[in-house]
Amino acid sequence: MNNLAEFFHMGGYALYVWGAYGLATVVLSYDLIAPSWRLRGLKRRLALRHTHADSVSQP
Amino acid sequence: MKPRRQRMIFVAVMLLGVALAGVLVLQAIGENMLYFYSPTQIKSGEAPANHTVRVGGLVVEGSVRRETQGVTVNFELTDTAERIAVVYTGILPDLFREGQGIVARGRIGKDGVFVAEEVLAKHDENYMPPDVAEALETARSGGQVKAKP
Amino acid sequence: MWYWFHRFASPAYFYRFAGKAIPWLATLTGLLLLAGLYGGLVLAPADYQQGDSYRIIFIHVPSAWMSLFIYVVMATAGGIGLIWHIKLAEVIAACSAPIGASFTFIALATGSLWGKPMWGTWWVWDARLTSELILLFLYFGVIALQSAGEDKRTASRASAILALVGVINIPIIHFSVEWWNTLHQGATVSKMGAPSIHTSMLVPLLIMALACKFYYATSLLMRARVELLEREHNSNWIREALKNHE
Repeated sequence: MNNLAEFFHMGGYALYVWGAYGLATVVLSYDLIAPSWRLRGLKRRLALRHTHADSVSQP
Repeated sequence: MKPRRQRMIFVAVMLLGVALAGVLVLQAIGENMLYFYSPTQIKSGEAPANHTVRVGGLVVEGSVRRETQGVTVNFELTDTAERIAVVYTGILPDLFREGQGIVARGRIGKDGVFVAEEVLAKHDENYMPPDVAEALETARSGGQVKAKP
Repeated sequence: MWYWFHRFASPAYFYRFAGKAIPWLATLTGLLLLAGLYGGLVLAPADYQQGDSYRIIFIHVPSAWMSLFIYVVMATAGGIGLIWHIKLAEVIAACSAPIGASFTFIALATGSLWGKPMWGTWWVWDARLTSELILLFLYFGVIALQSAGEDKRTASRASAILALVGVINIPIIHFSVEWWNTLHQGATVSKMGAPSIHTSMLVPLLIMALACKFYYATSLLMRARVELLEREHNSNWIREALKNHE
């Protein structure tokens, strides 16, 4: 337990070390999530448009 | 000439032009990109007088004197050739210690003492655990490396 | 060889290939990140001078390496797209820019968080920091040009030219600590000579660098799929792919 507290304390540099890793996590996660959201939305819209086009051309 | 050939030449010429421009600009900037002067340069008058300049060097071992009251500290900086006395009032970075590389920003006073407004520590590119550093230090000073218990 | 190359560079083939590769790359990235972080934050000893604050190195240095690496990839892909008009090269250049900008931002921000306790300042205008900041603005410029024009292909050409012009900044960033006096220290790990970092710290650093490379590959393929769908949304292969839920 003492070890864990020491680990999070980072020799007094906790704010800087965890700040740096927290910031990197936020930026890199967003960087991955943003395109996957865009892909999902785009796929849905394109699929809708294609089924619409198919139903018009094949009565 | 095929258009692809033309585009290739266009890119090549552009890269060459940019490289040439870069070299010329770097030549022109030259010394102005220096972040700090060395004590030798200060002593030989290379740094502009009555201007805020930066001086960088190692804190001379045993030269650090803290005044009894307040946070004013006196120390000397060296580039191993020349020395310059520095006085500074304020909070020092964690890495400040004797033998450490630092960069001070301020002016040269009339008495030749550099009055610093800001002191930054410059650390080196070596990273190692404390026991390794200690062993290296012992080896350098000619002593035997202590066997670990 | 050329046949294989053209097949691979065809948007349809690449789209499917990327879809299959992404889960593998993502898993590998995750494992490497876990190993690197455990090695760097738990196993590696504290530094003799900087104590635990030096642990920022395990994210700062790989990010800074990536910021340069991705720029070179982006400029090369942009140049290939400019000369041979290969669609996939344009897509790779376009998708690299935001990832590169993210890594540059992380390198600058974590460097700032490291500089405050160690140097005593968040920021200095020395050659290394200034040239890295210029790199961030170059990325912003490329991103802005990408989204400026109505026509994606014209936009790609304009941003490729900017990226190629900005290549001059890459050697400047790398050698800035040798050419000028800087507050930033010199290179720790270089091709010539042994790295001046203890093995217990070097190993997690290299693992983190590899993790960042795989992260880039993952993110690049994900973005490339979106970009391909947007650019080619009227083509038949996309209809086929969407029907098969790829």
